[in-house]
Amino acid sequence: MAPEQGTTAAGVPDARTTPAAQSRSGAVRWGAGLRPPLWLVITATVAAAAAAIPLVYLLVRALESGAASIIETLSRGRVLEYAANSLGLAAATTATALVLGTAVAFVLTRVRVPFARTWLLISALPLAVPSYLAGYGWLVVFPSLNGFVPSWLLLTAVTVPYVTLPVAAALRGASGDLEGVARTLGRGPLQAFLAATWPSVRPAAIAGSLLVALYALSDFGLVAMMRFPTLTWGINAAYSASFDRAQAATLALLLVVLALVVVVGERTARRQLPRAAARAVAPRTVGRGMLISLLPVVAVAPLVGVAVPLLGLLTRLLDAATLRAIDVPRLLDAVGSTVGVAVAAALLAVLLALPIAALASRYRGRLVTAIESVGYLGHALPGIVVGLSLVFFALAVVPALYQSIVVLVFAYAVLFMPKAIGTMRAGLGDVPPRLVAVARTLGLSPLQAWWRVTVPLALPSVGIGALLVAIATMKELPATLLLRPTGVQTLATELWNRTVVFEFGAAAPYAALLVLVAAVPAVILSGVRSSAKEEL
Amino acid sequence: MGLGCAGGLGKAILSNGSVAGPFPFLLFWSSFVMRVSAPLSLTALAATGLLLAGCAAPAPTETEQPAEPTADGAFTLYSGRDEALVQPLIDQFEAASGIEVEVRYGNTAELGALLLEEGDATPADVFLSQDAGALGALSQAGLFTTLPDDIASAVPAGFTSTDGSWVGVTGRARVVVYDGDEFTADELPDTIDAYVGDEWKGRVGVAPGNASFQSFVTAQRVLDGEDAAAEWLAALAANDPQIFEGNTPILTAVNEGVVDVGLINHYYWYAAAAETGVENMRAQLKFLAAGDAGSIVNVTGAGILSPAVDDADALEFVRYLVSREAQTYFVEQTFEYPLVPGVDAPEGLPSLDSLVNPEFDLSDLDDLATTQQLLADAGLI
Repeated sequence: MAPEQGTTAAGVPDARTTPAAQSRSGAVRWGAGLRPPLWLVITATVAAAAAAIPLVYLLVRALESGAASIIETLSRGRVLEYAANSLGLAAATTATALVLGTAVAFVLTRVRVPFARTWLLISALPLAVPSYLAGYGWLVVFPSLNGFVPSWLLLTAVTVPYVTLPVAAALRGASGDLEGVARTLGRGPLQAFLAATWPSVRPAAIAGSLLVALYALSDFGLVAMMRFPTLTWGINAAYSASFDRAQAATLALLLVVLALVVVVGERTARRQLPRAAARAVAPRTVGRGMLISLLPVVAVAPLVGVAVPLLGLLTRLLDAATLRAIDVPRLLDAVGSTVGVAVAAALLAVLLALPIAALASRYRGRLVTAIESVGYLGHALPGIVVGLSLVFFALAVVPALYQSIVVLVFAYAVLFMPKAIGTMRAGLGDVPPRLVAVARTLGLSPLQAWWRVTVPLALPSVGIGALLVAIATMKELPATLLLRPTGVQTLATELWNRTVVFEFGAAAPYAALLVLVAAVPAVILSGVRSSAKEEL
Repeated sequence: MGLGCAGGLGKAILSNGSVAGPFPFLLFWSSFVMRVSAPLSLTALAATGLLLAGCAAPAPTETEQPAEPTADGAFTLYSGRDEALVQPLIDQFEAASGIEVEVRYGNTAELGALLLEEGDATPADVFLSQDAGALGALSQAGLFTTLPDDIASAVPAGFTSTDGSWVGVTGRARVVVYDGDEFTADELPDTIDAYVGDEWKGRVGVAPGNASFQSFVTAQRVLDGEDAAAEWLAALAANDPQIFEGNTPILTAVNEGVVDVGLINHYYWYAAAAETGVENMRAQLKFLAAGDAGSIVNVTGAGILSPAVDDADALEFVRYLVSREAQTYFVEQTFEYPLVPGVDAPEGLPSLDSLVNPEFDLSDLDDLATTQQLLADAGLI
């Protein structure tokens, strides 16, 4: 076990320099020349290996068809156009989610808003709405919607909490003093925010944006409804019309390449810096007129991502001539399975993400970059690809567990681990290295110091990661259909069972319950602080 | 084994029992939830503990679950057709035969890919598919066993496999779905060629990436020749077609008045009408002229997987699917065409004979590849 050398002096940036200077020097001081302990590298590699299963599978499937066939698939028809659409949609969605999410978080933490806690809770709700439901609900109300713009705006609405929540949490822990200083020095509000506050919330904002980008790349349900053809259309058609796994794998690999571009971009943009101890800032009081003009900012995402879709669903429900009696035991059984797999998946995903996040929060280098990037890949792939890769893996390695709940939960962990990596990395990175150093001087081993100092301080971020995974798991459909034990139903599969045969009346209770159940972790999420810092 | 795990889990969470595990990450989790909300954390803890107790080590406790399915009196079905429509038929079969059917529902494409991935390790004995293409892919991969003659020959050529690897079960006619508020059936052209004319610019909904549209193009190639098919596709592509991902969204769009006409399978209309009421359907169906490529029939079908070659139960089920009883069920419940001679088509639909399927093999994948190349060349996929 290599000692964590150098965390004392080299790891502590001078908190009293300006944030801009911090961000420049932080990247250099932070981890430069440090070697991660071996146990951390090994556990992170194991976790990354789990995340790499889909990649290995895709390479096997794509390569067995030969290079000529790969080139043919990629150069055919509209494939490149689909790829450009995927990338464009991801870029646009990420940009709007980043701006809107940061704005909402700022308003809710820095302005004295009536019912600020309730608003934050409402801001988290779009997380509970699966993108396919959002698309469906909007089409009921406005049937002619189609193309890029509705796909972009709706995806923004359902993904913006990935930015809003971590940024709000970071803002509550960040100092507002410097912003006041900047204002007195003559900067405008936006400039002052960018110069003084933005650097300290940037890691949270960018980590959230990465999740938005990967979500947009892998989404099929919404873009299918909105008739905006992306690479996931191509992948779906390869399975459903060509019955050609090699073709599907080739297209999925193209999606992986796009995801890698995004992940590497995020790593470049991130530049983690530790937050200095901050005084909490009292929210500013503003006039009624100002409050009213801020209302659209905080209300738009919940309105677009939750209210309109639910209204659409309700309309369809009232139209349904054949409202069926609700089978309560079956409904409760689905709720039970959904909650059960979600909790299990959250635990496993957090366990797998922990070493990767710990490594990425403190160390640099090619190996660290590779491990972290691989950890994110599962999230860029459609569920069907990840599902099939685990069929392949389970049958080859643990055939006895095939079609058991174990493999299903493992698949969820692979798919959604990135949701935990980002938040936990930021949380672990926020733990002041000098506290760890103090623990070491008091005679604790590196592992003990990590367990007794770092982990408790980073715990809220672990919780956020777990909640995000749980929400995503509840909404997941394609991998669930492939891997669930025969006969097990989740709310998502039950909903699918009914909508696929137009039984909107019978589907409605499942849709409502799915949103309701997924809203529980979302609501908890809105109350968790990203770091224990403010309690110090 | 895992099956009992999730089901039991559901019940256990609801009963809110409490089990604590010795695992460090459990403490981790619990100390996090404690900060947040006490009642919720109790549920989470209970769930966690049960999960660890019940799922991490599935072997020792689960005595009430049935053992591995035996070859006698039970078999496993992968159904690419929907539970709501198929389960009543399976219940009928179970009651009549005493054979237990374990069904795994999913969509046809995903189950097809799953079966290809599972290969000979598949737990499935029978695959019931929504389209012939998936059956063709499994047949080409050598995953089906050959059906006995009495089953394979129950369905006339053109509606079933050419080599007895699977059998057609029901038929779905290709139709034009139109906005009933805008047109009457008489005002619409009778041939598919007419729907790419200038007057239809931007008004036709199609799903070029969908298997059923691609079988129609294959039929067109066989009936009208390669050049005619390529020309038709080029004309369609140049006519600002409204591209959808599948049949269902096309039907929905026409029913909402968003698109004037669309090319789909007839069956979806009946499924939608069953939910919203026939009188509330704005979309209406137009059957094209007999012999036109736009009126071919796509088939659903079933095959027995190789590992179940000796499974008498699986065989009995597939035989049941082409029996008069099952065929009548499909006619009455799903408004699909029966493929077995002697069973009448659903009321109000043109007879199957008038929708002649040409002598082409619906599951021929080489043909499919050529069709997809045409679609790609036209810029439609």
